[in-house]
Amino acid sequence: MTTFIATIEHVVKGPVWGCQDCGQCVLHSTGMTCPMNCPKTLRNGPCGGVRENGHCEVKPEMKCVWLKAYDRTQDWPLPATWKAEYNHLRPPVDNRLKGTSSWKNFFTKRDRWTPTGWKNSTDESVAQGVDH
Amino acid sequence: MSTLEHKLMNTTETVFTAEFHTLDGNGLEKAKKYADRFQGWFDGVNATDNTAAHAHVSNVASAIAMKQLGLEPILQVVCRDKNRLAQQADIMGASMFGVENFVALTGDDVTAGDEPEARRVFDTDGPQLVRLMSTIKRGEYMSGRKIDPAPHMFIGAVENPGAPPFEYRVQRVAKKYAAGAKFLQLQICYHQDRLEKFCAGVRDAGLAGKIAIIPTVVLVKGPRPLNFMHNSVPGIDVPADQIARVEKATDPAEEAYLQTLEFAQHALAQPAVRGLHITDFRNDDTLERLMTDLGRVREITTNSSTTNEVKDDHAYSA
Ligand code: SF4
Repeated sequence: MTTFIATIEHVVKGPVWGCQDCGQCVLHSTGMTCPMNCPKTLRNGPCGGVRENGHCEVKPEMKCVWLKAYDRTQDWPLPATWKAEYNHLRPPVDNRLKGTSSWKNFFTKRDRWTPTGWKNSTDESVAQGVDH
Repeated sequence: MSTLEHKLMNTTETVFTAEFHTLDGNGLEKAKKYADRFQGWFDGVNATDNTAAHAHVSNVASAIAMKQLGLEPILQVVCRDKNRLAQQADIMGASMFGVENFVALTGDDVTAGDEPEARRVFDTDGPQLVRLMSTIKRGEYMSGRKIDPAPHMFIGAVENPGAPPFEYRVQRVAKKYAAGAKFLQLQICYHQDRLEKFCAGVRDAGLAGKIAIIPTVVLVKGPRPLNFMHNSVPGIDVPADQIARVEKATDPAEEAYLQTLEFAQHALAQPAVRGLHITDFRNDDTLERLMTDLGRVREITTNSSTTNEVKDDHAYSA
């Protein structure tokens, strides 16, 4: 069943969104642009190497994924909650989820799991600026 | 507390940071020469991490060398070559030797270097690495395993005000600030209007005084490195008139210096700016001249001559 869902998901998301099967989909918060298509797989915005014409540092023939994401977040009629999530800090990828169904991981909340240290580093705990 | 942290957090003084030279053969001997030139001028010096995707003496080793030579290192950590485990190990290793300043970068891609066939890692990205540093500073590894006592850390990041999407770059500053960055070294930007807009944006976002902006200027000897940056470094655009200005000058070396000084003064006049980062590709007496022209007084004197020319085979060298 799990494989079946993953296959369907791949068939749907592969051609349309260029899904790379990371298993923890963030498409909704990135203007429906898959950040795993960034050659550096950056999940939190563009690197400093974006070319003058808006193309990618690594693949000059391709528009920077994050420029696309930015434009679409501004221009597409996406739900306000999705747009608001654009600037959220997305955690590092859980590499164990590669190749699994993000739909299943979403419903089981498996894709929300982050390691304890990361979880404890909330904006608030970081802002308190513990000094030793 | 490091001098850099003290000056940025407790004073209104302008800070100066610099890029340490990359080290290869004769590492320690060269490190000593470079350290003598930098001694007393800078509040922090970046120990670079395989800069431009070329292998060199490691960031951690050069940071320790700097520490031993009396410079205050800023450990640069990039995401290209190492996964999160190795990044944490490097941060902990450097802090064991008293390194307190850290700066997180995404890093150039492997294709920018001389071993483009290497595997790129990017297990974390720049903002995630800032948050990971903050986690260690709180006294935990990523996993939640305790670090007791937690290392003292002053955390920074980088941003490129000169690369698209321009308006979005300010939002990234906010993100990095929230992740724990207290200072931000900027990529060299030859478009003054872009730097102006970026700094005004940081101010308008209410971030001035929360995150210290430190723009970069580069000391070059002539038009060649300007052309190199323009043509070969993605994310850096040097306007034609700026290149022509140096190219057509009767004394290109002098004109290149005046250009750097002008960009330095312009950068220091922008809102939210707390200091300047200097990359020296000239290796001559203009480093001292620039610092003096900017009103900096050298804090100590060393026995070695500051005008000592050190041979450097970096690609940017004129
Ligand atoms: S330019 Fe854009 S797509 Fe290319 S590596 Fe950088 S962030 Fe990724």
